[in-house]
Amino acid sequence: MNLYRILYAFLSVSGLGILFGVGLAVVSRVLAVKKDELVEKLEEALPGLNCGACGHAGCSSYAEAIAVSSRSEEAEEVPLTLCLPGGAEAASALAEIMGVEVDYTESRKVAQVHCRGTRDVSRQAFRYTGVADCNALFALFGGDKICPYGCLGLGSCIRVCPVDAIDCDEQGGVWVDRDTCIGCGKCIDVCPTGVMKLLPYDADYLVACNSKDKGPVVRKYCSVGCIGCKICEKKTPEAGFVVGEFLSHIDYEAAGDRAEQREKAAQSCPTKCIVRNAKPRSGEELIPAAVSADKKEKEESDSKQQNT
Amino acid sequence: MTYIGIIITFVLIENFILTQFLGLCPFIGVSRKMDSAVGMGFAVIFVMSLASLITWAIYNLILIPLNIRFLQTITFILVIAALVQLVEMVIQKISTPLYKALGIYLPLITTNCAVLGIALIAVRREYNALESFIAGFAAGGGFLLAIVLMAALRERFETEWIPKPFRGVAIAFVTAGLMALAFMAFDKALLKNLVG
Repeated sequence: MNLYRILYAFLSVSGLGILFGVGLAVVSRVLAVKKDELVEKLEEALPGLNCGACGHAGCSSYAEAIAVSSRSEEAEEVPLTLCLPGGAEAASALAEIMGVEVDYTESRKVAQVHCRGTRDVSRQAFRYTGVADCNALFALFGGDKICPYGCLGLGSCIRVCPVDAIDCDEQGGVWVDRDTCIGCGKCIDVCPTGVMKLLPYDADYLVACNSKDKGPVVRKYCSVGCIGCKICEKKTPEAGFVVGEFLSHIDYEAAGDRAEQREKAAQSCPTKCIVRNAKPRSGEELIPAAVSADKKEKEESDSKQQNT
Repeated sequence: MTYIGIIITFVLIENFILTQFLGLCPFIGVSRKMDSAVGMGFAVIFVMSLASLITWAIYNLILIPLNIRFLQTITFILVIAALVQLVEMVIQKISTPLYKALGIYLPLITTNCAVLGIALIAVRREYNALESFIAGFAAGGGFLLAIVLMAALRERFETEWIPKPFRGVAIAFVTAGLMALAFMAFDKALLKNLVG
């Protein structure tokens, strides 16, 4: 009797399974939806990161928008150059499929943290032990740092980055690897202080500070903040430094022999907040002259030796 | 219990979302826009009414005669999964925008506890075939009611200023809690007053 029950159980469930399986297979044949070949081709030409930088929900919806706009006259024209991660390569691939020429002049932009005020050089108002999320920390008096503009260092941008381009050290120094960054801007949206900003991919230097406070105020809470002294603007006028709201920033479009001038500016900056836009642990010295701790220097010289 | 009694029970008194807290995943996930909420509601009505009818048939015509009632959960899930696949194909065929709007939540009806819930409840209360079907339809209607109310509220949230920590899903859950409180007003006494 018990054996029969086992048999019945087996037969009924497998019978139902086969019945539903065959039924679904038949129905799927009947209701098959034809896929658009053009859309599929376009989708293949896109990187498939679904980052949303083009303003569409994902790569497939961007491909579909292009296809739709090419077929009907009424639909709004969709440019082929919207894909930031794909850049010129994706734009030309899309153009080839669509049979048109594109002029891709837009330079590649990457995100970077405009702050080097890690917890050892920037003063804190209180100790935060809550959830490790920048927006949660920002909700408490605008963060634990006295500086209201700086990087909070809890890595919300790291978690939101689709390509893992952002890194963080123990002191809370967050850094974007410009070769990995695709410029989708997700980190900029999530950052509560606005310290994450876009700059051109080939930017050699950046002013790593976001503080719009006056010099003496900045000096009180951070030793690597921009104090708006205008030394960079006056000493090296060709480097493209512009100081406004007590904060220096670089006009990357400015002409002139920039590399040398900017290196000079970086060396003459009293708080050393003009830094090279390179990964800090790549063995290169980020700041031309040593900043503060001997440890950092030693580490860097060690890695230099390994490189050579 | 009369048919009207069953409908009132599952739409208001034992509303699956707001009283029994089943099927919250699509309730929160798809209630951001009214269009997709209505689409999801009707998809759930379709799946629930058909599922409760077919599970009734399987339970009474296969499981009871063979004395293998212990298989009810697994066979019911089988039925629901197949039905959801069917609904997915039909929706993809007749309305691609709705298919895209429902997204991942459409296949997730498969694991929606509300659908399995109505099948098991209908069996436990020993409804007949028509009563099971009506119970499934009414439970789906209750889901539609809840998700449409929620979508209407959430569309308002888009234009309102909400404190930052509450934005998005947080305020949706707070609202769902308040709606559940309101639905506590529908109880068995009300049912007695209405249908005797």
